[in-house]
Amino acid sequence: MFDVASWHPALQALLRVLLFVLPLLLVVPGLIWWERRLLSWMQDRIGPNRVATITLKSGRKIKLFGLLQPIADGIKLFFKEDITPSAIDRLIYFVAPAVALFPAFALGGTLPWSGNTLLTPIADVNVGILYVMAISSLGVYGIVLAGYASNNKYSLMGGLRATAQLISYELAMGMSLAAIVLASGSLKMTQMVTTQQGDLLGVVPFLNNWFIFTPFGFVAAVVFAICVIAETNRAPFDLPEAENELIAGYHTEYSSMKFAVFFMGEYAAMLVFAGVFSTVFLGGYDMFIDPLEGIAGTTLGGLATFMFKTVASFTCFIWLRASLPRLRYDQLMSLGWRTLLPVAVSNFIVVALWILITNKYGVWQGWIAYLGSFGLLFAVYLAVRGLSKNRVDNALAPRSISLVDGTRSVNVADPQAEGVGS
Amino acid sequence: MESYIGILVLVAVAAIVCVAMVSLSWVLGPKKVTPYKSSPYECGVTPEGSARERFPIKFYLVAILFILFDIEVIFLWSWMTIYRDSEVSFQLFSFIEMLVYMSTWILGYIYAVRVGAIDWDETTSLDPAKLEDTVLPKLEAKPVLQPATEGS
Repeated sequence: MFDVASWHPALQALLRVLLFVLPLLLVVPGLIWWERRLLSWMQDRIGPNRVATITLKSGRKIKLFGLLQPIADGIKLFFKEDITPSAIDRLIYFVAPAVALFPAFALGGTLPWSGNTLLTPIADVNVGILYVMAISSLGVYGIVLAGYASNNKYSLMGGLRATAQLISYELAMGMSLAAIVLASGSLKMTQMVTTQQGDLLGVVPFLNNWFIFTPFGFVAAVVFAICVIAETNRAPFDLPEAENELIAGYHTEYSSMKFAVFFMGEYAAMLVFAGVFSTVFLGGYDMFIDPLEGIAGTTLGGLATFMFKTVASFTCFIWLRASLPRLRYDQLMSLGWRTLLPVAVSNFIVVALWILITNKYGVWQGWIAYLGSFGLLFAVYLAVRGLSKNRVDNALAPRSISLVDGTRSVNVADPQAEGVGS
Repeated sequence: MESYIGILVLVAVAAIVCVAMVSLSWVLGPKKVTPYKSSPYECGVTPEGSARERFPIKFYLVAILFILFDIEVIFLWSWMTIYRDSEVSFQLFSFIEMLVYMSTWILGYIYAVRVGAIDWDETTSLDPAKLEDTVLPKLEAKPVLQPATEGS
């Protein structure tokens, strides 16, 4: 009965899909709890710790540290009134949350969580990482449709911001992944994991060649991580839902479970993106040291390794949210277009050069050429930056605020300078 | 093509989950409609006018730039998959060809930066020299905040 290999292909596919979607549905509440607890600890609070303390008849208490809090919230939201504003575009308004949640589940289609080729990935298609990028950019449709349908100016602004932000960061994300595709010679994510099982930097035996430990992979990983945060609209890039400017941005008019669907979509997408990050840069389901590969080779061992890396990457998202303030909108656009995109593109070109030199002359020469060319590009960048110094400084300088009556001008960075205090 | 069955099944299952989640609360929750509740929430102030207004051209410009740059890059993806495992002579040839191709991309990028297409804030999209002539005097002309006299 459990001879999966002999099943009909569609049934096998269904099994693989359920093995991915159901755990994702179950894990998301846990992640919300984890974020709330972690943020609380970082802010010197306690956080949700009461729900799911079960008192038995004997007086013994079973404590689950509030783990069921998000599930309790979800049940509450299910039974809340679904307020539907009168002036909305009805069809789009109802479709939008579903469209926002959909890519979060569909993203993992090519993601291998273990070495077991029968159970994972759901479909090992040739387009691999391109599929992930295609689906991830679908997410913005949900947000922009929600913003448009709500007939609320703040929602519309949130939706527009999300669009502009996504398409600005999508380019840099694609180019950072392009460097990895060049280095692994395939778009398949399983192939990327296999490539990372080689010797570190091509010279160190026993250690695996995780891309994050190679110079080009490190640059790509940093760019990719920043772009992922921007794509999932997380702090410090959560401008589409900046609550001090836009109430709640695109989901201002959504209540009850529809709001929760947006929320779930964001967390599920974060988790799957963390999975993509650990697959592409952290060696996927494989261990770093060769002797431990036996453990990671089994289905459960691979799953445990993969989950550990994914949750660690997810925790970094939360850590960033606790540490960094929100960017101003022009700073955000400037970062995407002026910094990340040139860095990613030059990284891509330099990787192509590195592969060429390595094949022609050898491993060491390849690395020397790599570092030399990147140093050269950095010098060019500094020179260009020096030439346009005024502009860059202008773009990033703090602004002064003019009050409504036009009589006051206050410097935000240094209020004392213009005599606000006293 | 058989491997794409998984993608199809995944899309179907994901769609079912999404639709179920959105429609469940519609079925389960109470419904008590009042005019005040069903008006758009704009900080408690009665909304004025339609929200589907014109929006700044900047969004449009960024979208067009994205399409231009992205389409140029798409042509490289198929080359990327064969580059690593080909012969050195082909690598050398295609690397130089890629450089020529990317130089058009880079030229376009530099042009977009120079004309200020990606400057979000108009004070920075002006030329620095113009900035000194036009914007800064206006800022300076404004009466600087005087500390409120105490007791008055």
